[in-house]
Amino acid sequence: MGSGLLAYITVFVLAIFVGVEIVAKVPSILHTPLMSGSNAIHGVILVGSMIILGNATTPAERVLGFLAVILATLNVVGGFVVTDRMLEMFKSKNDRKGGQK
Amino acid sequence: MTRATVIDVLYLVAATTFLIALKGLGSPRRARQGNVVAAIGMAIAVGATFFYQSTPGHSLGNIGLMMLGMVIGTVVAVPAARLVQMTAMPQLVAIFNGVGGGAAALVSITELIAQRSEGAHPAIYVSIEVLLGVLIGTVSFSGSAIAYAKLQELMTGRPVTYPAQQVINALFGVAALASMVLVVSTGNTLWLWVLLAIAAVLGVAFVLPIGGADVPVLISLLNSFTGLAVAASGFTLHSTVLIVAGTLVGASGILLTRLMSKAMGRSLANVLFSAFGSATPSATGAGGAAERPVRSGTPDDIGVLLAYAEKVAIIPGYGLAVAQAQHTVRELADELEKRGVEVFYAIHPVAGRMPGHMNVLLAEANVPYEKLLEMDEANSELSTCDVALVVGANDTVNPAAVDDSTSPIFGMPIIHADLASNVVFLKRSMRPGFAGIENELLYNPKTILLFGDAKDTLTKLVASVTAH
Repeated sequence: MGSGLLAYITVFVLAIFVGVEIVAKVPSILHTPLMSGSNAIHGVILVGSMIILGNATTPAERVLGFLAVILATLNVVGGFVVTDRMLEMFKSKNDRKGGQK
Repeated sequence: MTRATVIDVLYLVAATTFLIALKGLGSPRRARQGNVVAAIGMAIAVGATFFYQSTPGHSLGNIGLMMLGMVIGTVVAVPAARLVQMTAMPQLVAIFNGVGGGAAALVSITELIAQRSEGAHPAIYVSIEVLLGVLIGTVSFSGSAIAYAKLQELMTGRPVTYPAQQVINALFGVAALASMVLVVSTGNTLWLWVLLAIAAVLGVAFVLPIGGADVPVLISLLNSFTGLAVAASGFTLHSTVLIVAGTLVGASGILLTRLMSKAMGRSLANVLFSAFGSATPSATGAGGAAERPVRSGTPDDIGVLLAYAEKVAIIPGYGLAVAQAQHTVRELADELEKRGVEVFYAIHPVAGRMPGHMNVLLAEANVPYEKLLEMDEANSELSTCDVALVVGANDTVNPAAVDDSTSPIFGMPIIHADLASNVVFLKRSMRPGFAGIENELLYNPKTILLFGDAKDTLTKLVASVTAH
């Protein structure tokens, strides 16, 4: 086990705590947008898919990598757009509140 | 700075934006900005990856294919996300989550194949990371597909059960672990495909016994799984940004899942393993529900009742969402307020099919934020209400959750519509709600029923209130 792995495990453990802390105080009305938003964030697998496809040398690897890029793009783009659409509705309400000031 | 360092710094920037985004998503005011910030971070990470070199001087190839894949993904995702109806949001989130899990599994599989074809003999922990990525990603993919089918009503929303289900599911789990061990010990790729098949079956078997009403909790859990699969891929590819983002989603997702099941008054284990809603109806429900008398009224009766009330609580549920009646319900509330009736909305945390579903819909119809009362606040107001108007809700006002210890929803916090002087149900039919449980409140003498599509009946009520 190299020191590289240990560094990654450190990052992993710290991220667990941050992840739990960060959603601890979310009001229930935002549970759905939060789920959808974090859904978009794990779309970062697109970065992994690009690396895999970029390093692919055999046809099989190319096909799998290509599929991964398509699926990951669906995840990222769809995730952000859906979340934005959900939150758009919260925005109009805030604008109105702002206008009353 | 070397090229690799610049790219790593950009990845760090991206990871930071994800943190800011998740933090922002926790507050109504900053949520939308948060989402945009994360999208910018994602663009930075993807942009940087085009210049990524796995070893110095060895740039990524297949750039054309990569761009093509992204274009295809975008062309499909944007219209799907833009055009789908608000009521279909939950299943859309399920799909986007599933494909993410699928991508994570593909990344891990491809990496394993590449390692094998180079004749490399990676350390055991490397293989384990890869296989965990395959297992979790595939479970998330096939599980999300079934969740989608349930919500889209392509299959029954009821729990699907068979004898010794949990034993069989546990066996699938053991088989998956066994095939992981076999891949590592024999180094034979055949076992990888076996693992893939078992994981796909496991995802399906895991989701089948979960009833439709619980599917949102499940989607949140699968979302968390995908996060963990992404983190596993991050270990494989030595990518800190994947580890950070995946773990953040994995950890926050599990907590969010627990918060959601808590909102239903149940433990997560109960949601996942109790085949909730499949239980045969309790004696009261089974005893000829159809023949028991109910009181139904005309729109006019109810219009008068509402027009001359002092205080009305509107309790929306999934039926409102299906009928797209959020604007009509607001019209009715406006009309009542014009007459001096005090109106508020009582929002159950799990009303609709996702927590916060009702808030989103009513916000779309410009219902003022301060009129939406959360459950506890609403319950303390309800005893002073003349009318509780239940629009397409059922399980969330079912008193069985309080008085019937044999009921599967016993213990779930409910909105106490029964405390109001009169209860009006706008319902499509006598069919029980999503959880499939008979609702005693329908037979309560102070309850009046008005059958029909929520939008039609509400429109009639608006007309009736205006006329009186």
